[in-house]
Order: sequence, then structure tokens, then C-alpha cells
Amino acid sequence: MHKSLLVFCALAGGLATSLTSAAQLEIEVQIPRLQVAEYHRPYVALWLEQDDQHIADIAVWYDLRLADQEGEKWLKDLRQWWRRSGRGLEMPIDGLSAATRPPGTHRLQLDGAQAPLEKLEPGAYVLVIEAAREVGGRELLRLPFQWPPQQSLTSSALGNSELGRVRLSVSP
Amino acid sequence: MKHIFRCTLVVLTISLAVPAQAHRAWMLPSATVLSGESPWITVDAAVSNDLFYFEHVPLRLSGIGESAAKDEGRAPMPLHILAPDGSTLEGRNGKTGRYRTTFDVPLEQKGTYKLALANARIMATYTENGERVRWMGPIDQLHKNLPEAAEDLQVIQGSSRMEVFVTSGSPSDSVFVPTNRGLELSPVTHPNDLYAGETAEFRFTLDGQPAADVAVVVIPGGNRYRDALGEIRTMTDADGKVSITWPAAGMYWMEAQYDTAEGVTAPVTRRRASYSATLEVLAL
Repeated sequence: MHKSLLVFCALAGGLATSLTSAAQLEIEVQIPRLQVAEYHRPYVALWLEQDDQHIADIAVWYDLRLADQEGEKWLKDLRQWWRRSGRGLEMPIDGLSAATRPPGTHRLQLDGAQAPLEKLEPGAYVLVIEAAREVGGRELLRLPFQWPPQQSLTSSALGNSELGRVRLSVSP
Repeated sequence: MKHIFRCTLVVLTISLAVPAQAHRAWMLPSATVLSGESPWITVDAAVSNDLFYFEHVPLRLSGIGESAAKDEGRAPMPLHILAPDGSTLEGRNGKTGRYRTTFDVPLEQKGTYKLALANARIMATYTENGERVRWMGPIDQLHKNLPEAAEDLQVIQGSSRMEVFVTSGSPSDSVFVPTNRGLELSPVTHPNDLYAGETAEFRFTLDGQPAADVAVVVIPGGNRYRDALGEIRTMTDADGKVSITWPAAGMYWMEAQYDTAEGVTAPVTRRRASYSATLEVLAL
């Protein structure tokens, strides 16, 4: 009797979640293919801001594989991310740290029912993406959006040097 | 007699605090914002006209690369390196070359470190037998070293402090606890959190009290490649505060100078205090 009640509650809970289908946020990041003598995959950080305040980190791609965490030495070159968030963190962080990505388009999908979106208060936000490349330059792009989205929208920004096209798609 | 003459000769080549109008003394760190585990910095210390170029003499620091040439008239100054947890450490791999002293500092802790050179001396000048004589030393030695026939006695109480701040990881403020001696910086804006286009606020204290009406000058480095010095001149307000808006990213030299004949206690006739720091401003 007790067990079947628990099972029923679990099913009901699961059903309730899928009925209120969570909003989605999809990010597409294009890392440009560069013709340089010494190419290194860029360090990239993505995070959310509101009113010039850091709200939540989304991803940090850096050289995780080096021994003695040597890859961390260059995290400060992601100047804005380092200042607003990175310098207070103990890297690596599960779910945040990842390896550097090669040239091409990379997708990230964020579920509105999960961190960091689930805790976002309704309002205007900015997706910030910063890239820094060894023996290369640094670039930062901002894409504003409203949360939660009332309708499906896509916006994009085009970098000049270290980032290609960055596309942000929100769907309710 | 002989002692006084020797003192005079030595005094002419030693500076109390290297006066800003003659040369500038500075330390230049390789970086002030660092990430990663146990990063190192390397520091250059020199006395020169231009910022930040080595073209005059090295800053001689005791225990750091002291060469055989240390008797050239400048006494080495003790370097104080303070870690975030309050402990002190020594510079490593020190060397004194022709134009600069260089040393390395391992930053094993997370937080803000402070490198400081501090100096406090009395300089007495008087006329004896028609000649102007100078004496320098601690205040308790003054009367012993003054002859009976000293006329027109001027006693300047001087102090100088030179600092550099470096942060590994997240900035901390443990190193800002003042000694309450001389002119000191109590930052409102953390000195390793400076960005081009932003405004930083600094507060100066003199012997622990807010230092009002202190002349502060800020000079961007790299003056070899431009005509105008580009200095920013300002004065501290009643609370000892100044605001500086950084025009561009780069290394800056900041100096605060205080000079007064008021409020001094005999035998001191003049109080001079100076503070300088090398500050790194990053691009947004």
C-alpha cells in the first residue's frame, strides 16, 4: 500500500514536469579556422550577466590536460571572465570546465528547468562570450535576451578575430 | 670634525628618499594579476628619469643580488614582501646589474601580496663656521651629532614608502593594514582591480590619520614614445581621498607628496612624507 503510493506520487511528479515543458536556450559558437604559423585552440568562457553583474557561468573551455594544472596559468587572459568570476573559483569545476574546442561550430543546450536557468529571475540578461588565443588575440561578444522568453527568438553576433558567428536561440 | 666632513660627503651621495624632482625610484612587476597554481613574478627595481626605462642606477635592495659595487654611496634598502596570510618572504634569484636590480617572487598563496620599501630618517642642516652642513640619521642620535655652534638649524623629519601589489587568484585586503607611520595607501578600489576607462578611488593616511591636501601625481609608463608626459595631477580631499580615471591600459607610476612646516614638534622644523606605487591598469 505504502510503496504503490510512493510510485504513484513519483509518476505524478514526473508527468507534471513534462507538462510544464521548460524553456530552452541554445548557443552556437563558431571558432574560426585561422591561417597562422602557430595555432592554438582558444580559451573560451561563456556566462550570463544582468545590469553589468555576473549572474552565472555557463562553460569554460581551457587546456585541462596539462600536468600540474598548468593550463590554468592563462585563464586570466579571459580578462572579463577572470575578473567577474574566474578568480574566485577553484578550477576545474564539474559541469563548467571542459577542454578547448577545435575550429568549427559548437552547440550548447541549456534547459530552463536546470541550473543556471532555473534560478533566473524574469528580466533582461546578456550572454557574454570571451575568447583568448595563445600567441593570438582576445575578443568578447555580448548577446542580450529576455528571460523567460515569450516566443522563440534567435539573435547572433559576429566576431572580428577570435570568434566567428555566435548564435543565441531562446524558446519558451 | 673629520666625522662631520665624512658625513657631509656621504650625505651628498645618499638621498633621504630619492626626490621626485631629480629621479624616480620604482619597482616594476612582470604582472599584477595572476591565475594558476603557484605562479611566479619577476620584479625590476631601478632609479631613473623616464618610466619605466632603466637608464640610471639600480635600486639597491639588501639581501638581493648585492654586488661588490655596493659601496657606491647608496645604502641598500630592506625589501619587505608580505603574503596574504601575513607571513613575509624573500625575493629569489636576485641580481644587481648596471641599471636595475631584478628578483623573482613565488606566489604560493591565493590573495594579494605587497612588496614594500619604507624609510624614515631625520635630516638636519645647519651652518657651522659659515658652511652649510647636513646630517642624517635617526632622531635619537640628533643631539649627539650637533655641534654647539650650530646655527640656522633645520630638522626635516622624512619618510618614504614605495609599494607594489600583486594578486594571485582572488584579491584580498590583509596587506592593507597600515603601520600608521608615514604616508600610506588605504585603497578603496583594490590596486589589482584597475581597468582603462574606470575610476579608482584611493585614500591616503599620514601616521594613521586621513592625509588631506596631499599632492598626488600619476604618470603613465612608456613616455619614451610620446611628447607629453601625460601626468594626472590631483590633491587629496579632507578625507585623504583621490579619484583617478585611467585613460588607457598600461603601467602607471603614482606618487603622493606631503611637505609642511605646520603642526611639527621641536626639534623638527619640517615634515616631509612621500608614497609611490607602480599600478597596472588592464584593458576592459
